[in-house]
Amino acid sequence: MESVGNLVLYFVVAAIITIFSVMAVTSRKILRSATYLLFVLIGTAILYFQLGYEFLGAVQIAVYAGGILVLFVFSILLTAQPNDKSEKLSSHRKFMGIAAALCGVGVIAYALFSFSGFTCESLSNFMTSENEITMHKIGQALMGTEKFQYLLPFEAISVLLLACIIGSIVVARKR
Amino acid sequence: MDLTIMMYLIPSLIMFACGVYGFITRKNLIAILISLELMLNAVDINFVVFNRFLFPGQMEGMFFTMFAIGIAAAETALAIAIIINIFRAVKSVDIREINKMKF
Repeated sequence: MESVGNLVLYFVVAAIITIFSVMAVTSRKILRSATYLLFVLIGTAILYFQLGYEFLGAVQIAVYAGGILVLFVFSILLTAQPNDKSEKLSSHRKFMGIAAALCGVGVIAYALFSFSGFTCESLSNFMTSENEITMHKIGQALMGTEKFQYLLPFEAISVLLLACIIGSIVVARKR
Repeated sequence: MDLTIMMYLIPSLIMFACGVYGFITRKNLIAILISLELMLNAVDINFVVFNRFLFPGQMEGMFFTMFAIGIAAAETALAIAIIINIFRAVKSVDIREINKMKF
């Protein structure tokens, strides 16, 4: 049995995610759709907090909502004229998009609802103290080389980020 | 009422479908990138939810999501650098006007 606060939080966040992700792809002003994406990302971070992954929620807010969104807004302001509206979609294109999305939803929903292996247990049954993810556990897992530890991907992603920094500068610099 | 695994998977399914729709219908390169972020985000939610509900004692889904977020940040930065470069060459980010590789 779930506490009322948790349920209310869940429904509010689920509504925010659903509504704003629809608006982010249908809004005709590009800056608005970036703003709606921000709400979706913050809603996702709240879901992570609710599921007990505090560190992940903080990473989501810092990297996605803080970093990527600022990049989006900068590039929109650099490339779009003010009051720029994308033209109305042709009905053919709209139909193709909706058909593709609905096909995907159909297949995935069928897979979800026909698969009986999911537990029907409530979230509160999993939020016990031995399942709690502490900073200590995260640090141990990121800095070790044993099984279920992630030093190699951690280093690999740092090299990737370095390559990405250099690549972005090389691609975007003025010649 | 219980918060079951389904209740988290359905919003992420809707988010993913929105991403697919936007990816197909949008004409602005940055809007396409936004749709891509929506899809990536939906997948991240799924990783975390499966981790919490199916393997609550482990942290694999969480670390996968963390690395996915890092790689998504790198990918977005690079994509935006390319888009700005395209804008300099073609003076537009509309995909219908970007039809030659040579400039």
